[in-house]
Amino acid sequence: MRLDELTRGDFPILNRVVGGRPVVYLDSAASSQRPRSVIEAMTRYYEWSHANVHRSIHTLGEEATELYEAARERVQRFIGAERREEVIFTRGTTDGLGIVADAIGHTLSPGDEILVTEMEHHSNIVPWQMAARIKGARLRAIPVTDEGVLDLDAFDRLLSERTRVLALAHVSNVLGTINPVAEMCAKARRMGAITVVDGAQAAPHMPLDIPAMNCDFYAFSGHKMLGPTGIGVLWGRYAVLDRLEPTRGGSEMIKEVWIEGARWNDLPWRFEPGTPPIAEAVGLGAAIEYLEKVGMERVAEHERELAAQAVARLSVIPGIAVYGPPESTARGAVVAFSVVGVHPHDVSAFLDAEGIAVRAGHHCAQPLMRSLGVVGTTRASFAVYTSPEEVDLLARTLPGIRDAF
Amino acid sequence: MTDGPRGPLPYSDVIRERWRRPRFRGRLEDANAVAEDVNPLCGDRVRFMLRLADGRVQTARYVGDSCAICTASADVLAEMLEGRRRDEALAISVGDVLETLAADVRPTRMRCVSLPLTVLATALASPR
Repeated sequence: MRLDELTRGDFPILNRVVGGRPVVYLDSAASSQRPRSVIEAMTRYYEWSHANVHRSIHTLGEEATELYEAARERVQRFIGAERREEVIFTRGTTDGLGIVADAIGHTLSPGDEILVTEMEHHSNIVPWQMAARIKGARLRAIPVTDEGVLDLDAFDRLLSERTRVLALAHVSNVLGTINPVAEMCAKARRMGAITVVDGAQAAPHMPLDIPAMNCDFYAFSGHKMLGPTGIGVLWGRYAVLDRLEPTRGGSEMIKEVWIEGARWNDLPWRFEPGTPPIAEAVGLGAAIEYLEKVGMERVAEHERELAAQAVARLSVIPGIAVYGPPESTARGAVVAFSVVGVHPHDVSAFLDAEGIAVRAGHHCAQPLMRSLGVVGTTRASFAVYTSPEEVDLLARTLPGIRDAF
Repeated sequence: MTDGPRGPLPYSDVIRERWRRPRFRGRLEDANAVAEDVNPLCGDRVRFMLRLADGRVQTARYVGDSCAICTASADVLAEMLEGRRRDEALAISVGDVLETLAADVRPTRMRCVSLPLTVLATALASPR
Protein backbone atom coordinates (compact mmCIF):
# COMPACT_ATOMS: atom_id res chain seq x y z
CA MET A 1 0.00 0.00 0.00
CA ARG A 2 1.22 3.49 -0.81
CA LEU A 3 2.09 5.71 2.13
CA ASP A 4 -0.59 8.29 1.37
CA GLU A 5 -3.22 5.54 1.19
CA LEU A 6 -2.02 4.20 4.51
CA THR A 7 -1.96 7.56 6.32
CA ARG A 8 -4.62 9.81 4.75
CA GLY A 9 -7.44 8.60 6.94
CA ASP A 10 -5.49 9.68 10.03
CA PHE A 11 -5.65 13.38 9.03
CA PRO A 12 -9.16 14.73 9.68
CA ILE A 13 -8.53 18.08 7.95
CA LEU A 14 -7.93 16.37 4.61
CA ASN A 15 -11.68 15.70 4.42
CA ARG A 16 -12.30 19.44 4.23
CA VAL A 17 -13.90 20.41 0.91
CA VAL A 18 -12.44 23.46 -0.85
CA GLY A 19 -13.42 24.45 -4.38
CA GLY A 20 -15.81 21.51 -4.64
CA ARG A 21 -13.38 18.71 -3.77
CA PRO A 22 -11.40 17.52 -0.76
CA VAL A 23 -8.64 20.07 -0.33
CA VAL A 24 -5.47 19.31 -2.27
CA TYR A 25 -2.95 20.45 0.31
CA LEU A 26 0.42 21.05 -1.32
CA ASP A 27 1.74 23.47 1.29
CA SER A 28 3.22 21.15 3.90
CA ALA A 29 6.63 22.86 3.82
CA ALA A 30 4.96 25.96 5.27
CA SER A 31 3.07 23.90 7.83
CA SER A 32 2.02 20.28 7.68
CA GLN A 33 -1.30 18.91 8.84
CA ARG A 34 -1.48 16.73 11.91
CA PRO A 35 -2.87 13.26 12.53
CA ARG A 36 -5.68 12.54 14.96
CA SER A 37 -3.21 10.94 17.38
CA VAL A 38 -1.42 14.28 17.87
CA ILE A 39 -4.65 16.20 18.40
CA GLU A 40 -5.87 13.53 20.83
CA ALA A 41 -2.61 13.43 22.79
CA MET A 42 -2.83 17.18 23.36
CA THR A 43 -6.52 17.03 24.28
CA ARG A 44 -5.87 14.15 26.69
CA TYR A 45 -3.05 16.13 28.28
CA TYR A 46 -5.27 19.19 28.80
CA GLU A 47 -8.22 17.14 30.03
CA TRP A 48 -6.26 14.87 32.34
CA SER A 49 -2.73 15.96 33.28
CA HIS A 50 -2.16 19.68 32.91
CA ALA A 51 -0.23 21.70 35.48
CA ASN A 52 3.01 23.63 35.34
CA VAL A 53 6.13 21.52 35.04
CA HIS A 54 9.19 20.94 37.21
CA ARG A 55 8.34 22.61 40.54
CA SER A 56 4.80 21.39 41.17
CA ILE A 57 4.83 18.86 44.01
CA HIS A 58 1.44 17.39 43.24
CA THR A 59 0.01 14.65 41.06
CA LEU A 60 -0.91 16.77 38.05
CA GLY A 61 2.38 18.65 38.11
CA GLU A 62 4.34 15.42 38.33
CA GLU A 63 2.41 13.93 35.42
CA ALA A 64 2.90 17.05 33.32
CA THR A 65 6.63 17.00 34.07
CA GLU A 66 6.87 13.32 33.21
CA LEU A 67 5.08 13.84 29.90
CA TYR A 68 7.18 16.88 29.04
CA GLU A 69 10.47 15.13 29.77
CA ALA A 70 9.30 11.94 28.05
CA ALA A 71 8.75 14.04 24.92
CA ARG A 72 12.34 15.23 25.22
CA GLU A 73 13.58 11.66 25.39
CA ARG A 74 11.54 10.75 22.33
CA VAL A 75 13.10 13.65 20.42
CA GLN A 76 16.54 12.56 21.61
CA ARG A 77 16.02 9.06 20.18
CA PHE A 78 14.47 10.40 16.97
CA ILE A 79 17.48 12.57 16.11
CA GLY A 80 20.11 10.22 17.50
CA ALA A 81 21.37 12.66 20.14
CA GLU A 82 23.81 11.20 22.63
CA ARG A 83 22.47 13.08 25.66
CA ARG A 84 19.07 14.38 26.67
CA GLU A 85 20.75 17.55 27.96
CA GLU A 86 21.44 18.44 24.34
CA VAL A 87 17.74 18.67 23.44
CA ILE A 88 16.23 22.10 24.10
CA PHE A 89 12.57 22.83 23.48
CA THR A 90 12.02 26.14 21.68
CA ARG A 91 9.09 27.91 20.01
CA GLY A 92 10.23 26.80 16.57
CA THR A 93 13.18 26.86 14.19
CA THR A 94 13.35 30.66 14.09
CA ASP A 95 13.43 30.75 17.89
CA GLY A 96 16.12 28.08 18.03
CA LEU A 97 18.35 29.86 15.52
CA GLY A 98 17.75 33.13 17.40
CA ILE A 99 18.81 31.58 20.72
CA VAL A 100 22.08 30.37 19.18
CA ALA A 101 22.75 33.63 17.32
CA ASP A 102 22.13 35.70 20.48
CA ALA A 103 24.38 33.51 22.59
CA ILE A 104 27.20 33.30 20.05
CA GLY A 105 26.78 36.98 19.20
CA HIS A 106 28.11 37.96 22.62
CA THR A 107 31.33 36.09 21.96
CA LEU A 108 32.10 37.76 18.59
CA SER A 109 34.77 40.40 18.00
CA PRO A 110 35.23 42.99 15.26
CA GLY A 111 36.64 41.33 12.15
CA ASP A 112 35.04 37.95 12.91
CA GLU A 113 33.04 36.47 10.07
CA ILE A 114 29.77 34.62 9.99
CA LEU A 115 29.23 32.49 6.92
CA VAL A 116 25.68 31.81 5.70
CA THR A 117 24.43 30.79 2.27
CA GLU A 118 22.47 32.62 -0.38
CA MET A 119 19.68 30.04 -0.14
CA GLU A 120 18.94 30.59 3.56
CA HIS A 121 15.53 31.34 4.98
CA HIS A 122 15.46 34.84 6.50
CA SER A 123 15.43 33.14 9.91
CA ASN A 124 18.98 31.94 9.31
CA ILE A 125 20.19 35.32 7.98
CA VAL A 126 18.63 38.08 10.03
CA PRO A 127 19.56 36.82 13.55
CA TRP A 128 23.17 36.62 12.32
CA GLN A 129 22.97 40.13 10.87
CA MET A 130 21.80 41.33 14.27
CA ALA A 131 24.58 39.43 16.07
CA ALA A 132 27.19 40.73 13.62
CA ARG A 133 26.05 44.34 13.88
CA ILE A 134 26.42 44.50 17.67
CA LYS A 135 30.03 43.32 17.69
CA GLY A 136 31.23 44.65 14.33
CA ALA A 137 31.48 41.20 12.78
CA ARG A 138 30.85 40.57 9.10
CA LEU A 139 28.24 38.42 7.40
CA ARG A 140 29.26 36.65 4.19
CA ALA A 141 27.23 34.35 1.96
CA ILE A 142 28.11 31.26 -0.06
CA PRO A 143 26.56 31.72 -3.53
CA VAL A 144 24.23 29.30 -5.26
CA THR A 145 25.13 27.96 -8.72
CA ASP A 146 22.81 27.93 -11.74
CA GLU A 147 22.19 24.27 -10.93
CA GLY A 148 20.62 25.30 -7.64
CA VAL A 149 23.35 23.92 -5.42
CA LEU A 150 25.90 25.63 -3.19
CA ASP A 151 29.11 26.78 -4.86
CA LEU A 152 31.52 24.66 -2.85
CA ASP A 153 34.61 26.23 -4.41
CA ALA A 154 33.37 29.59 -3.20
CA PHE A 155 32.79 28.03 0.22
CA ASP A 156 36.43 26.93 0.35
CA ARG A 157 37.52 30.44 -0.55
CA LEU A 158 35.21 32.11 1.96
CA LEU A 159 36.08 29.80 4.85
CA SER A 160 39.02 31.11 6.85
CA GLU A 161 40.34 31.39 10.38
CA ARG A 162 38.18 34.52 10.66
CA THR A 163 35.06 32.37 10.22
CA ARG A 164 33.48 32.00 13.66
CA VAL A 165 30.15 30.57 12.51
CA LEU A 166 28.88 28.56 9.56
CA ALA A 167 25.07 28.64 9.45
CA LEU A 168 23.27 26.79 6.68
CA ALA A 169 20.10 24.96 5.76
CA HIS A 170 20.09 21.20 5.60
CA VAL A 171 17.41 21.36 2.88
CA SER A 172 16.49 24.55 1.00
CA ASN A 173 12.87 25.57 1.57
CA VAL A 174 12.65 26.80 -2.04
CA LEU A 175 15.01 24.77 -4.19
CA GLY A 176 14.70 21.53 -2.24
CA THR A 177 18.47 21.19 -2.49
CA ILE A 178 19.93 18.81 0.06
CA ASN A 179 23.18 20.45 1.12
CA PRO A 180 26.30 18.42 1.96
CA VAL A 181 26.14 19.56 5.59
CA ALA A 182 28.37 16.83 7.04
CA GLU A 183 31.28 17.68 4.73
CA MET A 184 30.83 21.43 5.06
CA CYS A 185 30.45 21.36 8.84
CA ALA A 186 33.53 19.14 9.20
CA LYS A 187 35.59 21.64 7.20
CA ALA A 188 34.27 24.59 9.16
CA ARG A 189 34.85 22.91 12.52
CA ARG A 190 38.44 22.09 11.54
CA MET A 191 38.81 25.83 10.97
CA GLY A 192 37.50 26.44 14.50
CA ALA A 193 34.04 27.69 13.52
CA ILE A 194 30.79 26.82 15.28
CA THR A 195 28.38 25.12 12.87
CA VAL A 196 24.63 25.72 12.94
CA VAL A 197 22.15 23.84 10.75
CA ASP A 198 18.58 24.89 9.95
CA GLY A 199 16.80 21.57 9.74
CA ALA A 200 13.25 22.88 9.33
CA GLN A 201 12.83 21.26 5.90
CA ALA A 202 14.83 18.13 6.67
CA ALA A 203 13.65 16.82 10.05
CA PRO A 204 10.09 16.11 8.81
CA HIS A 205 11.24 14.29 5.70
CA MET A 206 14.29 12.08 6.23
CA PRO A 207 15.97 9.91 8.86
CA LEU A 208 18.20 12.08 11.02
CA ASP A 209 21.48 11.15 12.62
CA ILE A 210 22.58 14.45 14.03
CA PRO A 211 25.95 13.41 15.53
CA ALA A 212 26.96 12.17 12.06
CA MET A 213 26.34 15.63 10.64
CA ASN A 214 29.39 17.15 12.36
CA CYS A 215 27.40 20.23 13.34
CA ASP A 216 27.28 21.93 16.74
CA PHE A 217 23.64 23.05 16.54
CA TYR A 218 20.60 21.78 14.67
CA ALA A 219 17.18 23.47 14.81
CA PHE A 220 13.75 22.36 13.59
CA SER A 221 10.02 22.97 14.08
CA GLY A 222 7.19 20.79 15.33
CA HIS A 223 4.47 22.10 13.05
CA LYS A 224 6.26 21.13 9.86
CA MET A 225 6.55 17.51 11.00
CA LEU A 226 2.92 16.66 11.79
CA GLY A 227 3.20 18.23 15.25
CA PRO A 228 1.70 21.35 16.82
CA THR A 229 2.67 24.98 16.23
CA GLY A 230 4.56 26.83 18.96
CA ILE A 231 7.22 24.21 19.57
CA GLY A 232 10.57 23.40 18.06
CA VAL A 233 13.81 21.72 18.98
CA LEU A 234 17.31 23.08 19.25
CA TRP A 235 19.92 20.38 19.52
CA GLY A 236 23.32 21.55 20.73
CA ARG A 237 26.54 19.56 21.10
CA TYR A 238 26.99 19.31 24.86
CA ALA A 239 30.52 20.70 25.05
CA VAL A 240 29.61 23.72 22.91
CA LEU A 241 26.22 24.32 24.49
CA ASP A 242 27.68 24.18 27.99
CA ARG A 243 30.14 26.97 27.13
CA LEU A 244 27.43 29.38 25.94
CA GLU A 245 25.85 31.96 28.21
CA PRO A 246 22.04 32.07 28.07
CA THR A 247 20.62 35.38 26.87
CA ARG A 248 17.08 35.08 28.21
CA GLY A 249 16.52 34.86 31.92
CA GLY A 250 13.89 33.77 34.39
CA SER A 251 11.99 30.78 35.71
CA GLU A 252 13.36 27.34 34.85
CA MET A 253 16.75 28.49 33.58
CA ILE A 254 17.93 29.43 37.09
CA LYS A 255 19.38 27.51 40.02
CA GLU A 256 19.81 30.31 42.56
CA VAL A 257 19.16 34.03 42.55
CA TRP A 258 20.49 36.91 44.66
CA ILE A 259 19.89 40.56 43.97
CA GLU A 260 23.50 40.78 42.82
CA GLY A 261 23.35 37.88 40.41
CA ALA A 262 22.20 34.38 39.58
CA ARG A 263 23.52 30.93 38.93
CA TRP A 264 22.25 29.10 35.87
CA ASN A 265 20.42 25.80 35.94
CA ASP A 266 21.83 22.66 34.30
CA LEU A 267 21.29 21.81 30.65
CA PRO A 268 18.88 21.67 28.90
CA TRP A 269 16.72 23.87 31.16
CA ARG A 270 19.32 26.67 31.13
CA PHE A 271 17.98 27.60 27.70
CA GLU A 272 14.29 27.12 28.52
CA PRO A 273 13.17 30.19 30.47
CA GLY A 274 9.50 30.61 31.30
CA THR A 275 6.73 28.03 31.28
CA PRO A 276 7.50 25.88 28.27
CA PRO A 277 4.98 24.77 25.62
CA ILE A 278 4.01 21.62 27.54
CA ALA A 279 0.99 20.45 25.56
CA GLU A 280 2.94 21.18 22.39
CA ALA A 281 5.82 19.01 23.58
CA VAL A 282 3.31 16.22 24.23
CA GLY A 283 1.92 16.76 20.73
CA LEU A 284 5.40 16.74 19.18
CA GLY A 285 6.12 13.49 20.98
CA ALA A 286 2.96 12.00 19.47
CA ALA A 287 3.94 13.29 16.00
CA ILE A 288 7.35 11.64 16.29
CA GLU A 289 5.71 8.44 17.46
CA TYR A 290 3.51 8.56 14.34
CA LEU A 291 6.48 9.21 12.02
CA GLU A 292 8.50 6.43 13.65
CA LYS A 293 5.65 4.01 13.22
CA VAL A 294 5.48 4.87 9.52
CA GLY A 295 9.28 4.82 9.26
CA MET A 296 11.37 7.78 8.17
CA GLU A 297 13.05 5.81 5.38
CA ARG A 298 9.63 5.20 3.93
CA VAL A 299 8.63 8.84 4.37
CA ALA A 300 11.76 9.93 2.52
CA GLU A 301 11.17 7.46 -0.30
CA HIS A 302 7.51 8.49 -0.72
CA GLU A 303 8.35 12.17 -0.90
CA ARG A 304 11.33 11.60 -3.18
CA GLU A 305 8.96 9.95 -5.64
CA LEU A 306 6.46 12.80 -5.39
CA ALA A 307 9.16 15.42 -5.94
CA ALA A 308 10.54 13.52 -8.94
CA GLN A 309 7.03 13.19 -10.37
CA ALA A 310 6.37 16.91 -9.90
CA VAL A 311 9.68 17.95 -11.47
CA ALA A 312 9.16 15.61 -14.43
CA ARG A 313 5.56 16.66 -15.02
CA LEU A 314 5.91 20.41 -14.50
CA SER A 315 9.13 20.92 -16.42
CA VAL A 316 7.56 19.74 -19.71
CA ILE A 317 4.68 22.24 -19.51
CA PRO A 318 5.41 25.14 -21.91
CA GLY A 319 5.96 28.42 -20.10
CA ILE A 320 6.79 26.81 -16.76
CA ALA A 321 10.25 26.98 -15.24
CA VAL A 322 11.12 24.61 -12.41
CA TYR A 323 13.85 25.70 -9.96
CA GLY A 324 16.32 23.64 -8.03
CA PRO A 325 18.74 20.83 -8.74
CA PRO A 326 18.36 18.76 -11.92
CA GLU A 327 15.93 15.85 -12.11
CA SER A 328 18.62 13.27 -11.49
CA THR A 329 19.60 14.77 -8.13
CA ALA A 330 17.74 13.87 -4.95
CA ARG A 331 15.85 16.78 -3.45
CA GLY A 332 13.66 17.52 -0.47
CA ALA A 333 9.87 17.51 -0.54
CA VAL A 334 9.48 20.86 -2.32
CA VAL A 335 9.24 21.94 -5.95
CA ALA A 336 9.27 25.64 -6.77
CA PHE A 337 8.30 26.89 -10.21
CA SER A 338 7.18 29.96 -12.10
CA VAL A 339 4.75 30.53 -14.92
CA VAL A 340 5.99 32.98 -17.54
CA GLY A 341 3.95 36.18 -17.50
CA VAL A 342 1.93 35.30 -14.40
CA HIS A 343 2.79 36.57 -10.93
CA PRO A 344 3.28 33.79 -8.32
CA HIS A 345 0.42 35.11 -6.18
CA ASP A 346 -1.89 34.99 -9.17
CA VAL A 347 -0.76 31.41 -9.86
CA SER A 348 -1.60 30.58 -6.26
CA ALA A 349 -5.03 32.28 -6.47
CA PHE A 350 -5.75 30.41 -9.72
CA LEU A 351 -4.86 27.08 -8.12
CA ASP A 352 -6.88 27.90 -5.00
CA ALA A 353 -9.95 28.40 -7.16
CA GLU A 354 -9.33 24.76 -8.19
CA GLY A 355 -9.05 23.67 -4.56
CA ILE A 356 -5.26 23.32 -4.70
CA ALA A 357 -3.29 24.97 -1.86
CA VAL A 358 0.28 26.01 -2.73
CA ARG A 359 2.59 28.70 -1.44
CA ALA A 360 3.60 31.73 -3.47
CA GLY A 361 5.95 34.62 -2.94
CA HIS A 362 9.53 34.97 -1.77
CA HIS A 363 9.26 32.13 0.78
CA CYS A 364 11.26 34.24 3.25
CA ALA A 365 14.30 33.81 1.01
CA GLN A 366 14.66 37.18 -0.72
CA PRO A 367 18.43 36.94 -1.32
CA LEU A 368 17.80 33.65 -3.14
CA MET A 369 14.96 35.23 -5.17
CA ARG A 370 17.35 38.00 -6.26
CA SER A 371 19.95 35.46 -7.26
CA LEU A 372 17.30 33.59 -9.28
CA GLY A 373 16.24 36.92 -10.80
CA VAL A 374 12.59 36.62 -9.76
CA VAL A 375 10.25 38.42 -7.37
CA GLY A 376 8.92 35.15 -6.10
CA THR A 377 8.01 31.63 -7.07
CA THR A 378 5.12 29.24 -6.57
CA ARG A 379 5.95 26.23 -4.44
CA ALA A 380 4.29 22.84 -4.12
CA SER A 381 5.41 20.80 -1.13
CA PHE A 382 4.63 17.34 0.13
CA ALA A 383 4.20 15.21 3.22
CA VAL A 384 3.35 11.63 4.14
CA TYR A 385 -0.28 12.09 3.13
CA THR A 386 0.36 13.68 -0.28
CA SER A 387 -0.76 11.45 -3.15
CA PRO A 388 0.63 11.13 -6.70
CA GLU A 389 -2.93 11.92 -7.89
CA GLU A 390 -2.65 15.33 -6.23
CA VAL A 391 0.65 16.03 -7.98
CA ASP A 392 -0.96 14.85 -11.21
CA LEU A 393 -3.89 17.21 -10.67
CA LEU A 394 -1.50 20.12 -10.18
CA ALA A 395 0.24 19.25 -13.45
CA ARG A 396 -3.08 18.91 -15.32
CA THR A 397 -4.49 22.15 -13.92
CA LEU A 398 -1.54 24.45 -14.56
CA PRO A 399 -1.75 24.63 -18.38
CA GLY A 400 -5.23 26.20 -18.01
CA ILE A 401 -3.72 29.23 -16.33
CA ARG A 402 -2.79 30.71 -19.72
CA ASP A 403 -6.45 31.38 -20.53
CA ALA A 404 -7.24 32.76 -17.09
CA PHE A 405 -4.95 35.78 -17.38
CA MET B 1 -12.84 14.78 -11.85
CA THR B 2 -12.51 17.52 -14.45
CA ASP B 3 -9.49 19.52 -15.45
CA GLY B 4 -11.39 22.75 -16.05
CA PRO B 5 -11.82 25.54 -13.51
CA ARG B 6 -14.26 24.67 -10.70
CA GLY B 7 -14.71 27.91 -8.83
CA PRO B 8 -14.43 31.23 -10.63
CA LEU B 9 -11.03 32.85 -10.35
CA PRO B 10 -11.65 35.68 -7.91
CA TYR B 11 -10.46 38.33 -10.35
CA SER B 12 -12.75 40.72 -12.16
CA ASP B 13 -12.62 41.53 -15.88
CA VAL B 14 -11.22 44.95 -14.98
CA ILE B 15 -8.31 43.36 -13.10
CA ARG B 16 -7.57 40.98 -15.96
CA GLU B 17 -7.85 43.71 -18.57
CA ARG B 18 -5.55 46.10 -16.68
CA TRP B 19 -3.08 43.30 -16.04
CA ARG B 20 -2.95 42.38 -19.74
CA ARG B 21 -2.93 45.91 -21.07
CA PRO B 22 -1.95 48.41 -18.39
CA ARG B 23 -2.55 51.99 -19.51
CA PHE B 24 -0.42 53.96 -17.08
CA ARG B 25 2.51 51.65 -16.52
CA GLY B 26 5.84 53.24 -17.40
CA ARG B 27 8.44 55.74 -16.34
CA LEU B 28 8.01 59.48 -16.04
CA GLU B 29 11.24 61.34 -16.74
CA ASP B 30 10.12 64.76 -15.47
CA ALA B 31 8.47 63.52 -12.29
CA ASN B 32 8.68 65.84 -9.30
CA ALA B 33 7.11 63.55 -6.74
CA VAL B 34 8.32 59.96 -6.47
CA ALA B 35 7.95 57.18 -3.95
CA GLU B 36 8.48 53.44 -3.81
CA ASP B 37 7.59 50.74 -1.32
CA VAL B 38 7.27 46.99 -0.97
CA ASN B 39 4.55 44.70 0.27
CA PRO B 40 6.22 42.69 3.06
CA LEU B 41 3.71 39.91 2.46
CA CYS B 42 4.99 39.02 -0.99
CA GLY B 43 7.90 41.33 -1.80
CA ASP B 44 5.89 43.15 -4.47
CA ARG B 45 7.32 46.55 -5.31
CA VAL B 46 5.55 49.63 -6.67
CA ARG B 47 7.10 52.96 -7.63
CA PHE B 48 4.84 55.91 -8.34
CA MET B 49 6.07 58.88 -10.36
CA LEU B 50 4.01 62.05 -10.49
CA ARG B 51 4.31 65.30 -12.35
CA LEU B 52 2.68 67.97 -10.19
CA ALA B 53 1.93 71.45 -11.49
CA ASP B 54 -0.23 74.23 -10.04
CA GLY B 55 -1.16 71.96 -7.13
CA ARG B 56 -2.58 69.34 -9.45
CA VAL B 57 -1.41 65.92 -10.61
CA GLN B 58 -0.69 66.45 -14.27
CA THR B 59 0.67 63.01 -15.09
CA ALA B 60 0.94 59.79 -13.11
CA ARG B 61 2.92 56.67 -13.97
CA TYR B 62 4.08 53.63 -12.04
CA VAL B 63 6.45 50.72 -12.43
CA GLY B 64 7.02 47.67 -10.31
CA ASP B 65 7.07 43.95 -9.81
CA SER B 66 3.54 43.18 -8.83
CA CYS B 67 0.68 40.73 -9.14
CA ALA B 68 -2.42 41.27 -11.25
CA ILE B 69 -4.42 42.80 -8.39
CA CYS B 70 -1.66 45.21 -7.37
CA THR B 71 -0.93 46.21 -10.97
CA ALA B 72 -4.60 46.80 -11.71
CA SER B 73 -4.95 48.83 -8.52
CA ALA B 74 -1.98 51.02 -9.49
CA ASP B 75 -3.30 51.38 -13.01
CA VAL B 76 -6.80 52.54 -12.10
CA LEU B 77 -5.35 54.74 -9.36
CA ALA B 78 -3.06 56.48 -11.85
CA GLU B 79 -6.04 57.07 -14.10
CA MET B 80 -8.10 58.53 -11.25
CA LEU B 81 -5.23 60.79 -10.22
CA GLU B 82 -4.65 62.77 -13.34
CA GLY B 83 -6.09 66.26 -13.14
CA ARG B 84 -6.85 66.03 -9.42
CA ARG B 85 -5.71 68.48 -6.77
CA ARG B 86 -3.33 67.15 -4.12
CA ASP B 87 -6.02 66.96 -1.44
CA GLU B 88 -8.39 65.27 -3.88
CA ALA B 89 -5.69 62.76 -4.80
CA LEU B 90 -5.04 62.01 -1.15
CA ALA B 91 -8.75 61.50 -0.56
CA ILE B 92 -8.95 58.51 -2.94
CA SER B 93 -9.71 55.51 -0.78
CA VAL B 94 -9.22 51.77 -1.02
CA GLY B 95 -13.00 51.59 -1.42
CA ASP B 96 -12.84 53.87 -4.48
CA VAL B 97 -10.20 51.67 -6.07
CA LEU B 98 -12.12 48.48 -5.25
CA GLU B 99 -15.25 49.93 -6.81
CA THR B 100 -13.39 50.72 -10.02
CA LEU B 101 -11.83 47.27 -10.04
CA ALA B 102 -15.32 45.81 -9.58
CA ALA B 103 -13.71 43.02 -7.60
CA ASP B 104 -14.44 41.16 -4.42
CA VAL B 105 -10.88 40.99 -3.11
CA ARG B 106 -10.17 38.64 -0.22
CA PRO B 107 -8.72 40.03 3.02
CA THR B 108 -5.39 38.26 2.40
CA ARG B 109 -4.98 40.19 -0.84
CA MET B 110 -6.12 43.63 0.39
CA ARG B 111 -2.47 44.68 0.77
CA CYS B 112 -2.14 44.16 -2.98
CA VAL B 113 -4.89 46.76 -3.49
CA SER B 114 -3.66 49.20 -0.86
CA LEU B 115 0.08 49.22 -1.64
CA PRO B 116 -0.25 51.69 -4.57
CA LEU B 117 -2.33 54.00 -2.33
CA THR B 118 0.31 53.93 0.41
CA VAL B 119 3.04 54.69 -2.12
CA LEU B 120 0.95 57.51 -3.60
CA ALA B 121 0.49 59.11 -0.16
CA THR B 122 4.26 59.01 0.39
CA ALA B 123 4.90 60.50 -3.05
CA LEU B 124 2.50 63.36 -2.38
CA ALA B 125 4.20 64.02 0.95
CA SER B 126 7.69 63.97 -0.54
CA PRO B 127 9.46 67.33 -0.96
CA ARG B 128 9.43 68.84 -4.41
